[in-house]
Amino acid sequence: MAESIVSLIDVEKRFGSNLVVRKMNMEIYEGEFLTLLGPSGCGKTTTLRMIAGFEDATSGIIKVQGERVENKEPYQRDVNTVFQNYALFPHMTVFDNVAYGLTIKKVPKDEIRQRVAEMLELVQLTDYERRKPDELSGGQKQRVAIARALINRPKVLLLDEPLGALDLKLRKQMQIELKRLQKKLGITFVYVTHDQEEALTMSDRIAVMNAGVIEQLGTPMEIYDHPLTRFVAGFIGESNIFDGTVTAVEGDLLRVDTPAGKLLTRGSGFAVGEEMHVSIRPEYLEAGERNADGFDLPARIKDFTYMGTVVKTALDMADGTELKLSRFEQDANAHEGDKVYLSWRPEKSVPIKKSHT
Amino acid sequence: MSKQPSGTSDLQAIRRKRDMRRKTIPALAQAGPVSIWMILFVTLPMLFIIYISFMSRGVFGDVVYQFSLESYQTLLDATYFKVILKSLKAALLTTVLCLGLGYPFAYYIARKPPEVASRLIMLIMIPFWTNSLMRLNSWLLLFQTSGPVNNFLQWTGLVDRPITFIYTDGLVVLGLITNMLPFAVLPLYSSIEKLQKSLLEASADLGATPSQTFFKVTLPLTFPGIFSAIILVFIPSLGIYTVSDILGGGKVLYIGNIIKNQFGSIRNWPLGAALSVLLLVITGLLIFIYTRFAKIEDMEVV
Repeated sequence: MAESIVSLIDVEKRFGSNLVVRKMNMEIYEGEFLTLLGPSGCGKTTTLRMIAGFEDATSGIIKVQGERVENKEPYQRDVNTVFQNYALFPHMTVFDNVAYGLTIKKVPKDEIRQRVAEMLELVQLTDYERRKPDELSGGQKQRVAIARALINRPKVLLLDEPLGALDLKLRKQMQIELKRLQKKLGITFVYVTHDQEEALTMSDRIAVMNAGVIEQLGTPMEIYDHPLTRFVAGFIGESNIFDGTVTAVEGDLLRVDTPAGKLLTRGSGFAVGEEMHVSIRPEYLEAGERNADGFDLPARIKDFTYMGTVVKTALDMADGTELKLSRFEQDANAHEGDKVYLSWRPEKSVPIKKSHT
Repeated sequence: MSKQPSGTSDLQAIRRKRDMRRKTIPALAQAGPVSIWMILFVTLPMLFIIYISFMSRGVFGDVVYQFSLESYQTLLDATYFKVILKSLKAALLTTVLCLGLGYPFAYYIARKPPEVASRLIMLIMIPFWTNSLMRLNSWLLLFQTSGPVNNFLQWTGLVDRPITFIYTDGLVVLGLITNMLPFAVLPLYSSIEKLQKSLLEASADLGATPSQTFFKVTLPLTFPGIFSAIILVFIPSLGIYTVSDILGGGKVLYIGNIIKNQFGSIRNWPLGAALSVLLLVITGLLIFIYTRFAKIEDMEVV
């Protein structure tokens, strides 16, 4: 494994009586693209701002390149930030914005000129040197902000929802560009977003945060396919989640009773009588005319929603909950109000331990 | 058949007439009541002052409507020149000190949460609810020979004889500053308050120390507020006469006092008008410089 470049050890942040980040421990490795993902208010931006130095940790240790930085001011830390609203200096040209970090360090003029030109080429804004920020589009401003943050050659680049203000198409394009840029430069990116799709597309690893705690830290695939908590299962992608009790363990096959009915899943480490959750993706849900072996999940088709690439079917369960099933094409024989029985291949569902927090 | 062409030409004629009318209604009139108000209460009195400044003074202090440049020639007199220079100096000093005191204060307020900020602004405004004559006279009481300030200085042993504060230029400038400070603080506050916090963070993030951030980001971005403060403080300080009248005791003369005296006791309206025109020219020049500067700021873009 690559070397750790940022370490958070027991980091906590309190705003008044509000504990925003709780006992956080995390290693961020050199050259990786790590995303802090979570709903608003989960503490992801606060975590980023503590690494940058804009917020002081209430307790705990933060190390950048092995050096403790809790008591260092932002201008003394070798990390740079791309801000959510770009934060370009409106009274300066693109050139002066990008050159800012070097001007502050009193780098010779010729070198500044050359390095700014390199940076602008990197973000494809070579001919925009003399423009002011208000003459740029959102995407261009974003590129300037990235160039400005990269010119100091930081070991770690912090990005706080940098694509939040862009429209969907531009966003997708910038996601790919950012990822390429990161690979090309080999710099560690710490990226904050609430958009799980963005996180899955770009990241080497994702830290899913909720209520100030990292619920799961892993590769996008691990997080998507093997969510460790009910929150992660629900937050990443779309999931149908059942809360139930294990009634029988047959090897790795688990029989589970839920308020909506009986179902099967596969997993280890569960005991008979244990309360747990079962997560199943809408694409793996199957609807038939009678109960499959081990399943007893009656449902009624509520409605269909055409989503472009897929058709989603909403299903009303016996316990009043609603499930989603998705297919590439609508089943011509299915109609609203039809009674169906649900099942799936047990290995496609994910058993989740009940958390005790 | 012949109806159609004549019909269109009628239409064209109507259109032409409407266009004509549109062009002939001056932009000013379209602005409506505001421009009427401005013309009645600002432009006309100003024109009248300019007109009078070119008239002559009658024997009994009345205005004789006869063209004369006498008033302007009097202005070239060294005594007046000195007074004008002194007034400019006092106004300049007041402006500089108001900015020096007002900027840190405005910055402090702007960084407070809104509800605290509005209370602090209230604090600056409260003295202005008292009558200005009362405020000025209380300065006299404070600083007079046997007043608290002198008593205190003598008590501490810093001086063994009371200092003459009252009726000095120093006290006049002090009075001007206390009078003008809110006019500096308010525009400064509004421009500092608009400053996005993330810009300061971005600057620090890129390696700038707080003082570098101040000179490279904060100060340039609050220039509009600084210029408004300069205009709002400098122009009134130049013309205000109550401060120098009371705190200067009529001993120290500024342009304001002289103008007041010309229109009042001395009854030389044309000279008073000429002095007013001079003030008008000075302030006009300032505003011209201000707008030019604002334009240059915009034009750097090209």
